[in-house]
Amino acid sequence: MKNDKIIIANKKFNSRLIVGTGKYKNMTECAKAIKLSGAEIVTVAVRRVNITDKKKPLLMDYIDPKKITYLPNTAGCFTSEEALRTLRLAREIGGWKLVKLEVLGDKQNLFPDMIETLKSTEVLAKEGFKVMVYCNDDPLMAKRLENAGADAIMPLAAPIGSGLGIQNKINIKIIRKQTKLPLIIDAGLGQASDATIAMELGCDGVLVNTAIAKAKKPFDMALAFKNAVIAGRQSFLAGRINKYLYGNASSPKIGIIK
Amino acid sequence: MKKIKKIKIRVNGKIKSIPNDYKVSNLLRDINIPLKKVAIELNQEIIDKKKIDKIILKKNDKIEIVHFIGGG
Repeated sequence: MKNDKIIIANKKFNSRLIVGTGKYKNMTECAKAIKLSGAEIVTVAVRRVNITDKKKPLLMDYIDPKKITYLPNTAGCFTSEEALRTLRLAREIGGWKLVKLEVLGDKQNLFPDMIETLKSTEVLAKEGFKVMVYCNDDPLMAKRLENAGADAIMPLAAPIGSGLGIQNKINIKIIRKQTKLPLIIDAGLGQASDATIAMELGCDGVLVNTAIAKAKKPFDMALAFKNAVIAGRQSFLAGRINKYLYGNASSPKIGIIK
Repeated sequence: MKKIKKIKIRVNGKIKSIPNDYKVSNLLRDINIPLKKVAIELNQEIIDKKKIDKIILKKNDKIEIVHFIGGG
């Protein structure tokens, strides 16, 4: 396990847990939860600077981008143009090339618009971005994203923020079989065991925001997710037993007293 | 002599009156945010942060100044 690192766009990371920085009560809580989670990559959103409130706390003052890799996202973008504009600005802030692309198609279920997502992936890859792509759990679309130059495939477990856990394990397994790219479950996890399941399916990592930020005890949940990802990865690497329909005794049958 | 504010521009969606010869660098100083934490767009085009003290703002210019905030 010691040398079991996840490689994203030629960069090695020890932690397979990526966490979001949204929905926390405040920046202090957010920073502490991230620390406890052990995450080395955090997603961040690009938004207008508040020009009237000059004392508003800045994310960078709480989470040092030199120590933690910022992964700018395109949350809230519904077209390819909006997403491209957002990520070009993100890159301009300080040279960020590793980005999370997410183009939404529906305001209620927040499912990704895969046609716009695919278009954006092609453009971003050509512009030199390293694109981690939020997508549907559709193996055919995942393949297209890979061909378009994606650096990581990030299928949803369930709708963003729903906490429903992995709904389509079969599709995730098929995507796992077909790609060598980092496969990261993004969105929809509700509790630590969901992360373990993702890792046991062979995923390379998970991305979690709401399940930690909105837990009754976010710090404890951050730690639980950290342990769950490690446990799931160990379990996957250890290799599970075959499933049997009937019982199979664990103690030897010989030498039973009569 | 105090500069007269007579040019109207739009900053992050809000109307702002500025004097003549007001540069992007003046705006950044007014907002009081470190340059390395933001990206700037002028009329939908990203501007090179190294050149902000050379760009004089004109009437009806639209400026967007963005930074990173918490998100998932």
